[in-house]
Amino acid sequence: MKDLFSRTLQTTIIFLVVGGILVLSFGGFFSSVTNQFTGGLVSVQQWFATRYLAIQEFLAAPRDIVSLRSRNAELQKQVSDLQAQVISLQQRVNETEILAALVAFSRTNPDSSYKAASVIGRDPSPFLHYIIINRGSNDDIRRGMPVVTSEGLVGRVDAVIADAARVQLITDPASSVNVYLKNTKTDAMLIGSITGDVSLDLISQSATVQPGDLILTSGLGGGFPPDLIVGQVVNVRKLAAELFQQATVQPAVDFSRLQIVLVITNFRAVDIAPLIPTVTP
Amino acid sequence: MRNIIAIPLLGLAVILQSAIVSQVSLLAGYADLVLVILAAWALQEGVTTAFHWAFLAAIMVSFSSRLPWFIYVAGYFGVVFMGLILQRRVWRAPLLAMFSVTFLGTLTMHLLSYAYLRVAGDPLPFRDSMGLITLPSLLLNLLLSIPIYGFMRDIARWVFPSMEEV
Repeated sequence: MKDLFSRTLQTTIIFLVVGGILVLSFGGFFSSVTNQFTGGLVSVQQWFATRYLAIQEFLAAPRDIVSLRSRNAELQKQVSDLQAQVISLQQRVNETEILAALVAFSRTNPDSSYKAASVIGRDPSPFLHYIIINRGSNDDIRRGMPVVTSEGLVGRVDAVIADAARVQLITDPASSVNVYLKNTKTDAMLIGSITGDVSLDLISQSATVQPGDLILTSGLGGGFPPDLIVGQVVNVRKLAAELFQQATVQPAVDFSRLQIVLVITNFRAVDIAPLIPTVTP
Repeated sequence: MRNIIAIPLLGLAVILQSAIVSQVSLLAGYADLVLVILAAWALQEGVTTAFHWAFLAAIMVSFSSRLPWFIYVAGYFGVVFMGLILQRRVWRAPLLAMFSVTFLGTLTMHLLSYAYLRVAGDPLPFRDSMGLITLPSLLLNLLLSIPIYGFMRDIARWVFPSMEEV
């Protein structure tokens, strides 16, 4: 009986002490003591944690550098591959844009049939303004066929081999194209030059030519089909003492950026040389 | 047999000339890569096949040009001829010889081209042709002649190794 009483008393005292401690701690009376205690614990734990991390890094770092280097090389290869893809896609976009413009042009001129060709070179001599295209007699390209872009007239096929053809540009010094001015319906002759500039000659003195007038092929002489856009008049030179007016022309086509052209395949140039009278002694 | 390198080398030069060099113009002139290569080749010591190279180059270039093959043959033979003469006389100053051959060769080639085109009826004003085509082409050819000379010297050393190396 006495033992039971003492145990109950002990239990009660323990509960009271523990409860008191808890009440005091919840009341904040032990805060300074707990702070010091937990602070010490935290710093010890931090010391162990930092040393552990340092050892872990020391052991794992070489493996990471090797894997990072290989990963870096992989990524660099991916970047270069993607850059190459971007460049090729940009080229395709450019080509598609050009082809779309050419298709739109051929749809607006349904009477003619066209064959698209890429410009693969230029004449090696700087005295001549010729381009080389990648279509030839195997693609039914024939000498004298006109060559155009969506902007306007480029020139005509001068020589053909099986898989390529040489095209004389309208800027060539030896090129001459019969044209007319759309506003005044006046015939003229478009001639090239060694600098690549084109000009109009043989314009009647009675014609009123204005800067900005549109120039189209007339079809005279049978060298080109009519009504192909050639360019615009930039300025006019009219001298009373001369038989004809002259004008400088802004070509519709940018000849320095020719990439893809259209050959008009259903046009056959007419050779009128036998009809031209020759002087016989 | 090693001279067979002329075929791929000159073929590549003609392609580069037609596709790239002719697009890089100064006024209305541009460089003549094939001419400069022939000039540099003719100036190399021990070269005995320069005329063969010139003929091959002329035939190749005339495929893509409106100018007839004999103009290129005459022009390139002239370049090689001048190169061989100068190679024997000013061998101590190879770059000076290279500049001289390039200068004279370009003038010869352009005069021949001009003469042919005038005879063919092309309206080419002489003064404009000289000022806008020949002089800029001369400058570009001279600029090109320095690296091409070094390149062709390496090729010549490979094709014609000296007796010590053999």
